[in-house]
Amino acid sequence: MAPYILNRVLSIFFVLIAVSFIIFFATHILPGSAASLILGEHATKESLRTLEHEMGLDKPFYVQYLNWVKGIVSGHWGDSLVMKQPVVSIIKLRVKNSAFLAVFSLATLVLIGIPLGTLAALRQKGKLGLAIMTGSYIGISIPEFVTGILLVLLFAGPWTHLLPTGGYREFSQGISAWLKHLILPSATLTLILLAHVVRQTRSGVIEVLKSNYVRTARLKGANESRVILRHTLRNGLLPTITVLAMDLGYLMGSIVIVEEVFAYPGMGRLIIYAITNRDIPLLEMAVLIIAAIYTVSNFIADMLYMYLDPRIRYR
Amino acid sequence: MSERKFPPSVTKSHYLFIQNPALVIGSSILAFIILVSLVGPVISRHATTEQHILKRLQGPSLTYLFGTDQYGRDLLSRTLLGGRTSLILGLGAVALGLVLGIPIGLITGYFKGRTDEIVMRFMDILLSFPSLLMALLIITALGASLSHAILAIGIANCPGIARIVRSATLSVRNEEFVFAAEARGESHFYIMASEIFPNILPPTIIEGTIRIGFAMLIGASLSFLGLGVQPPHADWGLMIRDSREYLFLSPWPLICPGIALAVTIIGFNLFGDGLRDMVGGSE
Repeated sequence: MAPYILNRVLSIFFVLIAVSFIIFFATHILPGSAASLILGEHATKESLRTLEHEMGLDKPFYVQYLNWVKGIVSGHWGDSLVMKQPVVSIIKLRVKNSAFLAVFSLATLVLIGIPLGTLAALRQKGKLGLAIMTGSYIGISIPEFVTGILLVLLFAGPWTHLLPTGGYREFSQGISAWLKHLILPSATLTLILLAHVVRQTRSGVIEVLKSNYVRTARLKGANESRVILRHTLRNGLLPTITVLAMDLGYLMGSIVIVEEVFAYPGMGRLIIYAITNRDIPLLEMAVLIIAAIYTVSNFIADMLYMYLDPRIRYR
Repeated sequence: MSERKFPPSVTKSHYLFIQNPALVIGSSILAFIILVSLVGPVISRHATTEQHILKRLQGPSLTYLFGTDQYGRDLLSRTLLGGRTSLILGLGAVALGLVLGIPIGLITGYFKGRTDEIVMRFMDILLSFPSLLMALLIITALGASLSHAILAIGIANCPGIARIVRSATLSVRNEEFVFAAEARGESHFYIMASEIFPNILPPTIIEGTIRIGFAMLIGASLSFLGLGVQPPHADWGLMIRDSREYLFLSPWPLICPGIALAVTIIGFNLFGDGLRDMVGGSE
């Protein structure tokens, strides 16, 4: 087991190095250098060249890349070109906001998805089972931005006025305001991810229900709720954990859209802001952080899965 | 009696087609969407760029069946034309993904060894990156337009397709007809193109079909973010983006393209899933 974990940790570093290279490459073949962006359109050729020299933009590509990586490792993430603030402090704040949204959405996903999936398994051939499966299929097929705007129309429109249309309140500004601003964005994220969890829970539970030990438990005369809760769910839910980890990955893509719909100041909106304003230092770090969170959370999910199911032997 | 005219395999797949509601519903939806977006813009009563500023943001009426948008343009015509853009985007991106992914998968699966290991490691790295972020990075490098969106989504699709093609190639690689071709002294290219390729086609086509809906979704997301198709092009993602500002004045500019997009994606997903079940079930 130890060599497997070591191997996985090493591969995280390998992936992050490769991802950082891809990010750097994609952002440095841009037309128009960072120097021309800072100085504006009317800059003279000489001043451009001086600034490019100061910023190290005239050096060969690999030297620039290595300098950039050196900066990341030593904590010098540079300043945002447009916001004129240190990238570190911007990203810290945005990661916190997005983390609230992600945790809130995943919690709702677990609380709604697992019971629905179990129900769909128990009522496999009934109308309820079919309704749950159809509903989650539709949920996954409607793009986040359509669901999100529809939710705004229904719950934040002039007819209901139940919730804010978007934005964000700090936790310190009152819990209820903070919660209200989280509900619609996380509901949107939950709806798009629900199908994965429901489907996996359903097939996991169906699989376990066929097993000998569930039959034994029933033959012993255990009541149905005990059979489901103690014998079935404990084993049937294991694959759902992997799906939840995968969903965290989908979430990393979806928050870009959902945060944009609800003007929620998190990492996703930061990335779009950085792209539209060509704020390269900010963009590079934001994408790298998202990739790092994604890779590490996959790793944690694998470890968790291994811990929960000792039957699994890894190379 | 009449069933006996068919060879057994045809009868079976014919039977499975009827038995497979996902495939039936999916292909009906797709047939409808494709027909409507091909014929619709030709026979629609209003030009998609025709503006009537006095009739802006109207609800459905006899003149404007789906209502009008913020410039008083006919929503029905624009939704129909937007269908073309979405189809071009989805099909184009997956076609590009196939063009890039099939050779990579074929070559790595056929030669195996060191090349295979290195290339597939690299593909895994690309896969460990959310598709939308990947597409966004490529758009950042190239700039926003329809063709760049197709390129970005095609590239983002390539690693997944390469994986499927490679594993299919690996299973065909050890078949006798491949060894026979090698013994005949055929070239590597000939074996890959004429012996292996036809045999990996079914799983590859299914993989491609399943990816179309997702590609359209990413494409619409890019347009919605303002980083895909650019105005005044008619595109569902773009229409939804524009609808937000006037949402509480009229929900129709959101609802029309929103439903069209969702139904098309559901159609492609059902069709792909159904196809997979049919082939998986008949083998």
